[in-house]
Amino acid sequence: MQTQELQDIASQVRRDIVRMVHGCKSGHPGGSLGCTDIVVALYFQHMKTNNRKGKGGYISFKMDGTDEDLFFLSNGHISPLFYSVLARKGYFGVEELSTFRKLNSRLQGHPTTHEGLPGIRVASGSLGQGMSVAIGAAMAKKLNGDKQSVYVLMGDGEQQEGQVWEAAQFAPHHKVDNLIAIIDLNGQQIDGSTEEVMSNRDLKAKYKAFGWNVMEIKEGNNVEECVKGLRKAKRLSGKGQPIMILLHTDMGAGVDFMMGSHKWHGIAPNDEQLAAALAQLPSSLGDY
Amino acid sequence: MKKYTYTESKDTRSGFGDAMTELGESHPNVVALCADLVGSLKIAPFIKNHPERFIQVGIAEANMMGIAAGLTIGGKIPFASTFANFGSGRVYDQIRQSIAYSDKNVKIAVSHAGLTLGEDGATHQILEDLAMMRSMPNMTVINPCDYNQTKAATKAVADYEGPVYLRFGRPVVPVFTDADQKFEIGKAWMVNEGKDVTIIATGHLVWEAIKAGEKLEAQGIDAEIINIHTIKPLDTAAILKSVKKTKCVVTCEEHQANGGLGDAVAQTLSQNFLAPQEYVAVNDSFGESGTPEQLMVKYGLTSDDIVAKVLKVIARK
Repeated sequence: MQTQELQDIASQVRRDIVRMVHGCKSGHPGGSLGCTDIVVALYFQHMKTNNRKGKGGYISFKMDGTDEDLFFLSNGHISPLFYSVLARKGYFGVEELSTFRKLNSRLQGHPTTHEGLPGIRVASGSLGQGMSVAIGAAMAKKLNGDKQSVYVLMGDGEQQEGQVWEAAQFAPHHKVDNLIAIIDLNGQQIDGSTEEVMSNRDLKAKYKAFGWNVMEIKEGNNVEECVKGLRKAKRLSGKGQPIMILLHTDMGAGVDFMMGSHKWHGIAPNDEQLAAALAQLPSSLGDY
Repeated sequence: MKKYTYTESKDTRSGFGDAMTELGESHPNVVALCADLVGSLKIAPFIKNHPERFIQVGIAEANMMGIAAGLTIGGKIPFASTFANFGSGRVYDQIRQSIAYSDKNVKIAVSHAGLTLGEDGATHQILEDLAMMRSMPNMTVINPCDYNQTKAATKAVADYEGPVYLRFGRPVVPVFTDADQKFEIGKAWMVNEGKDVTIIATGHLVWEAIKAGEKLEAQGIDAEIINIHTIKPLDTAAILKSVKKTKCVVTCEEHQANGGLGDAVAQTLSQNFLAPQEYVAVNDSFGESGTPEQLMVKYGLTSDDIVAKVLKVIARK
């Protein structure tokens, strides 16, 4: 796919995100907008996924993901991004995005398998659990002789959870080298900057010391750089070490007044703010 | 009173370990995980036969639960094993989100439940796990009574699709059930038919209930004894049928009175058929160090305690 096409998708996904959180007056736009480029790069360019269409013209999703690359979202609060990408990819209809966080929806506040939404393989939201699940899925692939990779995205605030470090210690010890983990380094969490709230200090040095092969994507809101970085990560994988990508992003990327602040971590725009946001985001694929 | 005898005593966790050895051969998708307690869980033979299907997680139970959830995505049947304390309360949220809410086919296999872990004391003597696991949607909770039943239960849950909490003890207890028994999840086992009182027991307290039944028989009391090995889903039909006949019930468990088997039975009775009930259980207390036998006596879980509660509940009829 051309870079322009990926940028167009990213712009549409960002429109979906702000419209979804506006529609239910709740949700997490900041981190969703910041991680848009990497998740679009993963689903529309980088990952090998089963795109075979089944019932209703949607991708026939298989939970076991045999011979597919798998993606796990550990910081589940950026669900608007995940839902938009899955819908735009073709797992379910984009019109369903309007049900986000509303009663009887498959698009719960945080992602879940429990409502049967295609594309999701585990519930997330309670932080710190996704990397463990990704490790398990990666080890199952090895046991099955499946050569594809497993990706997991975490937040930087999430690095404060102890379970993350249990998993960080495990993956190199057991040589889970088909695992590519990504940390969204936006430097923000609910109560303020990660530096103020609970400094992660040097994540690169920490993960290196734990035995990971650590790389960075410095421009995490440049979709082309995301694609390049993911290609590099894939090249580095399969060599006895899990791969860690430190992804530098801006919380709220794409909407100027949401950028660079923790304030838009978990609140929805009002009508005027929505209009101002949409004015900055060209509609490329048509709104839901 | 039906006669129950035994020729040997074994720990229930050995029933788990021996079942795992068999599952290693019969079920190529079974994977064992352990958090640095291989010896305690008796899975060394499984590991020796299938090293590639064993995952040593180290002392990191939260990570173990997540990895187990992930393994199911690739079609594996993971048995995540540790002590009951570390496989329930310590990782409640991991079980809740990554396993139960995510509908993952994980078997949480835990030993050393309850007071009879003994000398290690209250830090390790979980008495709240049945309450936690029973209150969790989507979770099946099983607490078998002896070596043979544990072995049969372990094999049964491997063929059941869905999350299971499978609980064993540490000490050796009489092996009195059949070696070739069929284990039906959610189906109560009628140990002895009687008419004067229903004794509902789980885990190794089933044996105490049998001993109590014999003592009661000597006093002219005809006790019906039911083994509830599956705490959830509870065989409410069997319970109601029995209590409607006997009009009173004593529940027996190595667990807190709050939230365990007794409360599950009370919940059923309160909605369907009112009858006096007495609890043989730990009464809102932590345990302490001691031998298993001493602790059973001090915390009121022996056959004599069951007899006393039976006399009390019959007087309330």
